[in-house]
Amino acid sequence: MLRNKRSETWIAAALVAPFLAIYGLVFIYPTIKLFMISFTDAPLIGSGAYVGFENYTRLWGERRFNVALWNTAYFVILTVVPGTFAAFAIALGINRLAGRLQTFVLALFFLPYILPVSVVYLVWDWTLNFQFGIAMHIFDMLGMNRVPVFKSTTWFMPAVAFITIWWTAGFSILLFLAGLRAIPAEIYEAAALDNARRWATFRRITWPLMWPVTALVLTIQLILQLKIFDQVYLFQQVDDPTITLFSFTTSSSVHFNPTRAAARRRRQSCYF
Amino acid sequence: MTPATAQRLNMAGLAITLTTVLFAVLWAFPLYWGVVSSLKPEDEVVRPYIELWPDTFTISHYVFALTQTQIGTWYLNSIATALAITVLTVSSSLLCGYAISQLEFRFRRPLWWLILASFMVPMQTMIVNHFELVASLGLLNTWAGIVLPQLIHPVIIIVYKQFFDGVPKDFREAAVMDNASEWRILTRVYMPMNWGVTTALAIVTFIWSWNAFLWPFLAVTQTDMMTITVGITQVNDAFGVYYARQLSAAVLAGLPVAIAYLVFQRRVTEAITLSAGIKG
Repeated sequence: MLRNKRSETWIAAALVAPFLAIYGLVFIYPTIKLFMISFTDAPLIGSGAYVGFENYTRLWGERRFNVALWNTAYFVILTVVPGTFAAFAIALGINRLAGRLQTFVLALFFLPYILPVSVVYLVWDWTLNFQFGIAMHIFDMLGMNRVPVFKSTTWFMPAVAFITIWWTAGFSILLFLAGLRAIPAEIYEAAALDNARRWATFRRITWPLMWPVTALVLTIQLILQLKIFDQVYLFQQVDDPTITLFSFTTSSSVHFNPTRAAARRRRQSCYF
Repeated sequence: MTPATAQRLNMAGLAITLTTVLFAVLWAFPLYWGVVSSLKPEDEVVRPYIELWPDTFTISHYVFALTQTQIGTWYLNSIATALAITVLTVSSSLLCGYAISQLEFRFRRPLWWLILASFMVPMQTMIVNHFELVASLGLLNTWAGIVLPQLIHPVIIIVYKQFFDGVPKDFREAAVMDNASEWRILTRVYMPMNWGVTTALAIVTFIWSWNAFLWPFLAVTQTDMMTITVGITQVNDAFGVYYARQLSAAVLAGLPVAIAYLVFQRRVTEAITLSAGIKG
């Protein structure tokens, strides 16, 4: 094939230039800087002297860091596995439906995922409102005492985890559906000819064939939930017991307290 | 299979279907409840029993939100920044993906690896650096400041690259034979082929940008520069709590993306599956 090497390089450079300009400014430059700075004692804004790995080692001793680490781990346990399997079960249910009904049901499950976190926050803050929330009627019906969900340290994390699953399940459902549709129908026909029961079909065919997708969803969920910040920040009404790793790293930029800036720089380094 | 077992299986199947539908309705109920509550007068909202439909139907909270609050300004901020992010991200990614896929140039492979590598770094880890960067450029509390750090979506380049890789080489050779310039090949041959992909990616980029919370929340401190997702959580009424009013603001904030999703349902799900398949 005929090619003009020289001019092609120039054209390529021109085509790549806009992206590279943005990328260099917003990604490469901050990455290098972040890495370098995690070895110094710089305050939040500005530069500092080289201190080696001290930031990393001191980080482990800081109480708030440990609390944050545990809270994040707790949150991950509450969301990742239950969320993935709930989504799988829902996807199995949706996959049985057909036509308009399927589109409609999928839309109902998917709609929360498309909404901004602040809308999710306001809707659930209202639903779980201590005085007037509709969910509190369920507590009443069960004869339990009402709980101010977001003010109680025991209820806070499970509640936010539940809301997070509600919010993000649509995405996982979509992936599971794509996986389920990729399983050839002949396999199920063969199983039906062999008089396989519903459960046996699921156990022996669907589950093993879906395992790669399940692993994928689990991984994506894990990465996503480790970065948890938005929901926890919005629902948060009591500070200390509910901080997570990420809110910990950013509490710096939110409050701007210059005296503790060095400590924050250390926190930032915990992501490496 | 005897007719009896077939019937039993069908009954079980019907039960599963019904459960799924019922569960779906229950799932979406909080959204319905939020919308319905926002259409009730404030005194009806706080009644101690459940009313699934307003006694007195009112849009006064919406009128209030649109006329008495800064929601209009926030809308404008959200629309302007989300549109800018969408246009800039999609167009720069399209060009870059095309070059990597179709052209031979010196740093092609390193560039591709760099893009793949940037997947691994969660954007949030850089948020403080982004803050410093934007602050040092004097862009805090501006549209440009909100837009800038949100322009990196490596997924989109990767989707484009894979799409262009899948186009048969014959198209390109025919165009080169006809002495078409590179620009003409891109705009007349390749782009018309991928309008579907482009619209899908543009819609999801718009939804992502509209929904962005953390960065706009950090980059803006003046209420008149906030995007709508930040604004509705940061500004409360000074005198007491108005539940229905707050909910009407939430509905207004969620409406554009909800409509975008319902109208372009197929495209949105397609683009999200596409980008996730690569992420994995």
